Amino acid sequence: MVKQKQETANQPDNTAFTQQRLPAWQPIISAGIVIPGFLIIGLAFIGIGVALFVTSQSIQVLEMDYTGVDKTSPCNRCTDPNVKSCLCQMDFSIDTLFKGPVFFYYGLSNYYQNFRKYGVSIDYNQLFGDLSYFTSPSEKCSPYQYDNNNNPIVPCGAMANSMFSDTFKLFQIVNGTNKEVPLDGKGIAWWTDSNIKYRNPSVTPLQMAFNNTVKPLLWANPAYQLDPADANNNGFINQDFLVWMRRAALPNFRKLYRRITSGDYTQGLPAGNYTLQIAYNYPVLSFGGRKTVVFSNVSWMGGKNDFLGIAYLVIGSMCIIMSIVMLIVYAKFRFSEEE
Amino acid sequence: MGSVVSYFSQLCGTKQKQEEERHLRANDRPFNLSYRYANNAIKTSKYNVFTFLPLNLFEQFRRLANAYFLVLFLLQLIPQISSLAWFTTAIPLMLVLAITAVKDASDDINRHKSDNQVNNRRVDVLIDEELRNEKWMNVQVGDMIKLENNQFVTADLLLLSSSEPLNLVYIETAELDGETNLKVKQALTVTGEMGDSIDVLAGFRGEVRCEPPNNRLDKFKGTLTVNGQTYALDNDKVLLRGCTLRNTEWCFGLVIFGGPDTKLMQNSGKTTFKRTSIDHLMNVLVLCIFGFLASMCSILAIGNAVWEGREGSAFTAFLPREPGIDAALSSFLSFWSYVIILNTVVPISLYVSVEIIRLGNSFYIDWDRKMYYPKSDTPAQARTTTLNEELGQIKYIFSDKTGTLTQNIMTFNKCSINGKVYGELFDFSGQRVEITEKTERVDFSWNQLADPKFIFHDHSLMETVREGNPEAHAFFRLLALCHTVMPEEKKEGELYYQAQSPDEGALVTAARNFGFVFRSRTPETITVMEMGIQVTYELLAVLDFNNVRKRMSVIVRSPKGKLTLYCKGADTIIYERLHPSCKTLMDVTTRHLHEYAGDGLRTLVLAYKDLDVDYMDEWGERHHEASTAMEGREERLDELYEEIEKDMLLLGATAVEDKLQDGVPQTIEQLAKAGIKIWVLTGDKQETAENIGYSCNMLREEMKEVFIVAANTAEGVKEELQNARRKMCPEAAEKPSVIKARAGLFWLQKTETIQDETVNGEYGLVINGHSLAFALEKNLQWELLRTACMCQTVICCRVTPLQKAQVVQLVKKYKQAVTLAIGDGANDVSMIKAAHIGVGISGQEGMQAVLSSDYSFAQFRYLQRLLLVHGRWSYLRMCKFLRYFFYKNFTFTFVHFWYAFFCGFSAQTVYDEWFITLYNLVYTALPVLGLSLFDQDVNDRWSFQYPQLYCPGQLSLYFNKKAFVQCMLHSCYSSLILLYIPWAAMQDTVRDDGKDIADYQSFALLAQTCLLIVVNIQLCLDTYYWTAVNQFFVWGSLAAYFAITFTMYSNGMFFIFTSSFPFVGTARNSLNQPNVWLTIFLTLLLCILPVVAFRFILIQLRPTINDKVRRKVRKEKLPAPAPRRPPARRISTRRSGYAFSHSHGYGDLVTSRRFLLKRPLRNRAVLFTQTDSPLAENQPQHYRTIKEVSEESTSP
Repeated sequence: MVKQKQETANQPDNTAFTQQRLPAWQPIISAGIVIPGFLIIGLAFIGIGVALFVTSQSIQVLEMDYTGVDKTSPCNRCTDPNVKSCLCQMDFSIDTLFKGPVFFYYGLSNYYQNFRKYGVSIDYNQLFGDLSYFTSPSEKCSPYQYDNNNNPIVPCGAMANSMFSDTFKLFQIVNGTNKEVPLDGKGIAWWTDSNIKYRNPSVTPLQMAFNNTVKPLLWANPAYQLDPADANNNGFINQDFLVWMRRAALPNFRKLYRRITSGDYTQGLPAGNYTLQIAYNYPVLSFGGRKTVVFSNVSWMGGKNDFLGIAYLVIGSMCIIMSIVMLIVYAKFRFSEEE
Repeated sequence: MGSVVSYFSQLCGTKQKQEEERHLRANDRPFNLSYRYANNAIKTSKYNVFTFLPLNLFEQFRRLANAYFLVLFLLQLIPQISSLAWFTTAIPLMLVLAITAVKDASDDINRHKSDNQVNNRRVDVLIDEELRNEKWMNVQVGDMIKLENNQFVTADLLLLSSSEPLNLVYIETAELDGETNLKVKQALTVTGEMGDSIDVLAGFRGEVRCEPPNNRLDKFKGTLTVNGQTYALDNDKVLLRGCTLRNTEWCFGLVIFGGPDTKLMQNSGKTTFKRTSIDHLMNVLVLCIFGFLASMCSILAIGNAVWEGREGSAFTAFLPREPGIDAALSSFLSFWSYVIILNTVVPISLYVSVEIIRLGNSFYIDWDRKMYYPKSDTPAQARTTTLNEELGQIKYIFSDKTGTLTQNIMTFNKCSINGKVYGELFDFSGQRVEITEKTERVDFSWNQLADPKFIFHDHSLMETVREGNPEAHAFFRLLALCHTVMPEEKKEGELYYQAQSPDEGALVTAARNFGFVFRSRTPETITVMEMGIQVTYELLAVLDFNNVRKRMSVIVRSPKGKLTLYCKGADTIIYERLHPSCKTLMDVTTRHLHEYAGDGLRTLVLAYKDLDVDYMDEWGERHHEASTAMEGREERLDELYEEIEKDMLLLGATAVEDKLQDGVPQTIEQLAKAGIKIWVLTGDKQETAENIGYSCNMLREEMKEVFIVAANTAEGVKEELQNARRKMCPEAAEKPSVIKARAGLFWLQKTETIQDETVNGEYGLVINGHSLAFALEKNLQWELLRTACMCQTVICCRVTPLQKAQVVQLVKKYKQAVTLAIGDGANDVSMIKAAHIGVGISGQEGMQAVLSSDYSFAQFRYLQRLLLVHGRWSYLRMCKFLRYFFYKNFTFTFVHFWYAFFCGFSAQTVYDEWFITLYNLVYTALPVLGLSLFDQDVNDRWSFQYPQLYCPGQLSLYFNKKAFVQCMLHSCYSSLILLYIPWAAMQDTVRDDGKDIADYQSFALLAQTCLLIVVNIQLCLDTYYWTAVNQFFVWGSLAAYFAITFTMYSNGMFFIFTSSFPFVGTARNSLNQPNVWLTIFLTLLLCILPVVAFRFILIQLRPTINDKVRRKVRKEKLPAPAPRRPPARRISTRRSGYAFSHSHGYGDLVTSRRFLLKRPLRNRAVLFTQTDSPLAENQPQHYRTIKEVSEESTSP
């Protein structure tokens, strides 16, 4: 019989890919990996958890509510909407040195900066210093796009309009006299916000750019006069404005107000009595909001947050427990391999 | 133009009134044009340049998913509720539309090309009294066309005249119905007389009235009126488009139907789409998801109303309400806003990805070298690319026998002549020697006319014949004379036999090689070369085969004037008619027959009888009388045959092997181990089918019982079925337990499922066609199904194509199981179409089965690879894909749901809009595709080693409603972790330089980074098989995420598109914080570790078969060699049978004068000339034993 030479034109290619023979790593969940793995992860987590917890505990935090809901509260009188330019004082004392640098935050709660309509009510082009958006702000800013006289609002939008307007002064009471603690407001916003995202129009003086525009309805001063002390801290790159515009993810939030880094306070706030003078402008009671001031220092892990440390500790322990449970299960129930 | 045009033309058609009768006149274009019949141009393309965009978009938006996303997109354009930027939906939608459009366009371009090619074929048309070469598309109804040999038939033609005598033409209808044998058409004499005289033809003014265009290939009704005379026209006078003219120099035809009206075109394009059970499940799930989406949105809308009432109304100091929007309206708007945000639970990429995965897995089938058959150069082919995963869920296989399980090649294997056995080899010690490819073959070179492909190993038979043993000579003379084979001798000495059944061909070929060469026949004579001497026998009568007689005889007169009756037939029948003197020989031969039957061979007994001249004359007269009788012809003939076929002398017996395809028994064993039930549906006789059942291991000796249902009444069938059932399972209830349920979209479909019943031991069931007809009746079908499903093996014999489909449908309907039908011939088409999956055996004659199949390959044994490897993997991959895909999208979406409780139900998204846009398209698209294209739990060799791995697919264990709910719960858990851990960790915290980090943008970045890493690690947990591609996709996607994120949040992007990328700087400012990374890490482990622990414990407590095998793979690396199959068992029961095909014999044809008339006229073989006749091509196999070519042992 003559073997016919076969035509094999249609024979598929013999490659690892077409024949599904690609070399591969085939891990399986085996006791040898899982049980020690859980153990190691558990131990590591407990280690990290301890470090985090200790760090978090070392951070000092002083939080004071100054909303004035309580009749006895010093700011209670300022809660009356008819009172203008209300000043109130909060006294407090520090027992031990509050290690510096100390950060001074204001906090708001029940405040929905993350409400969608609030969040979109902003015109990035305008805040980027694009003058064409000064005369016709984006529709997204509505209802803070134009005022009643149809003048464009700059900066427009609900977010800018609602900028936090309380101001604070901190005094240490030394021998019965108030010694002002210098507050540093430079560089409290993100570098990218003040240098990239927000820009003043390149018009000098800055005020010229704002011709034919009006300031946001709730603002006391127009944008170009936000900081009378520092000409470079005005307009859209005013640090307080930038901090405000970085809207919070959650309804309770803190924002950086000042840092205490200079003068006699480079090491922190010494023990003693202090008084905080508050220019109370910002209304929150109408929606059940609360205002606080917070003094805090930071560590490598940021501000005080016990959750992370505790969570690591709990999960680390659970991992170890799980590894023991799995060991028992493995020892008792592992399937026979003869099948 | 698709539906619009057809709809339009339908409208016009109804206006014009549906065509009721076609009326046309030859050579009269103006007359014919007045009816506006379609000309011969065809158009299968759907679009042209201008209509492509609108029509294609229209078609695409008819798909539910696309329409859904279009609606979403429109919702997003409404500013009041637009919670997402327009591009989040638009970009994916456009991408999906574009991909589909490109695919559709390329398909349509191909159709245009083929249309053009066909339309521009040329043909001679008789116009204005001369033949002009015209394009096909310009041919009109009523034109006269001249076709030449081997040309395609241009349109549906009325045959007018031909070059052949009697106005015959021969056509091949392969393209039409897949049959390659030639068919004869004959023109009317009145038109045939015109010949090829152009003048006469041009003057022809015949008028045709006939039926309107329809799709029935086998029927045609019409009349031709010539010169006032009317002639009836039937299907024999019509050449259909799609046929090819063969062996006919020329012919003339009159165009009756052109282009779209032709029967070929009327038959095309009505394929029903098959959908997989996963598809159905997916539709149901998507519907559930819609419901779920609506309820989520409702909850959030209510939440919004509550919030507005309690908080929102007070918060107006900084965010005034828009005028006219109260809490109710606001909650209504927020409902729609949340519909937009949460739409990702039904991701647009789901359907696209599913298509891609199926396509990829189909390519693997096309590419598989282990399903490539080198002998016919045929690779496996996935003709449908949408059914892959169903291949992993098959529960029932319905197989044809001939050509599917067997090769449809018969080889003359053994014989018993005068009590002596030939064909077996023994060594010196008397042990039987197994015949292999290496065994020395008998040399037939002395015989000029021998068939070189015939193989025989026993030299003693050759010697016996050459010695001049009279019995051996008589034996082979009988084989050379008693048959209905047609010879064909193209060149001197090159003989081809055209046999109606391959058995006959094998027997005649055997006689030919042993020196009794059947050379030619006329209606009255048979010419045989007997040991080199030409002898012409006078053929006096052919006593043809039929089902009742189970034998055939010829009566011949030798040149010496001796009258002999030669008879061959089933042993039982012949034995009754033997002369008592053969008693001893009968006993010996019976023993041999038992042996042959034990080997699974098909046996025939040969006998002869010398006849007396006077008796024969008298008988001949009566025969003539009977055969011309008008009444009771059949009965009278039968009586005569009965009379003469008695007292015959036994010559011996033949054993023909119906060769199984390679590896069939192993394949069947494997499939049975995989829990698949195999039913053989064959047109063969019961004995043959049973024989094959035994030889391919479906029926086994150790089976407790093989029930045979062969009753001829409904009651009988019922009783037999019930008896069988009671025997198998005496305690079973009389009534089947039926589960009624509702299924399908909207639960509209009622289903009834008959429960499986467990039976001790293995049983077989053989049921024949008559009984099956009764059993398939409404009142008995459940009885049939119950009994049949209790049996391991079911063989239905003598079934019609329709019954095949009915059986499949019965199982489909009442078992709710996935079925697969496999076959090779046109008679299998109905069942191939009826089953969930149809498989065609390609490379054989006829393409009909392949053309209507979903998968095709050349050998039955590839079925195990298709199912156990490709099907299983496809199913596994698809299920993994779906589980993972739903998980990833639910997790993604649920985070929004939880976040709603923090943001005043304002439809604020958690993530950056760009992340939402790219999440499904870029960040997670490739890893999951990698998973679903490369994953395998164990490799192919282990899949064969443990066919049980297939079982989970049959039970739909990998993905079902329960798994879906598990996915959702898992997603719930993950999404809670993904929101609350970052929430708790970021609450009131700051950066290490005291600056803000709890802002929305940082939180969004944190949440989305956690999400992406979590879903990627989840994917890693699901991946069993890590190829380099998977690694690349997973790590590449993560890297791409960071790269794209940093790019989008970079200064440059912000300068260019200020308002589109407000997240500038976020990545830089937050991803350099240790507490952010610690949070990410915590979130990851909280999401992943419980899954790992859960899976680990599950593996220990309730390991699945996959876990066990994977464990084994790890330990052993290579599968143990397959256990050697025990040698074929010898079976004591005799299973012999008349091995001829069941249809009526060729006897009439052979003796009909008309058929052979032209042979002397033209020195050209006409009738059976196709060179690819089954006998010429299907040479006997070179080896006797089935080689162990199981896939396990060949791959590296």
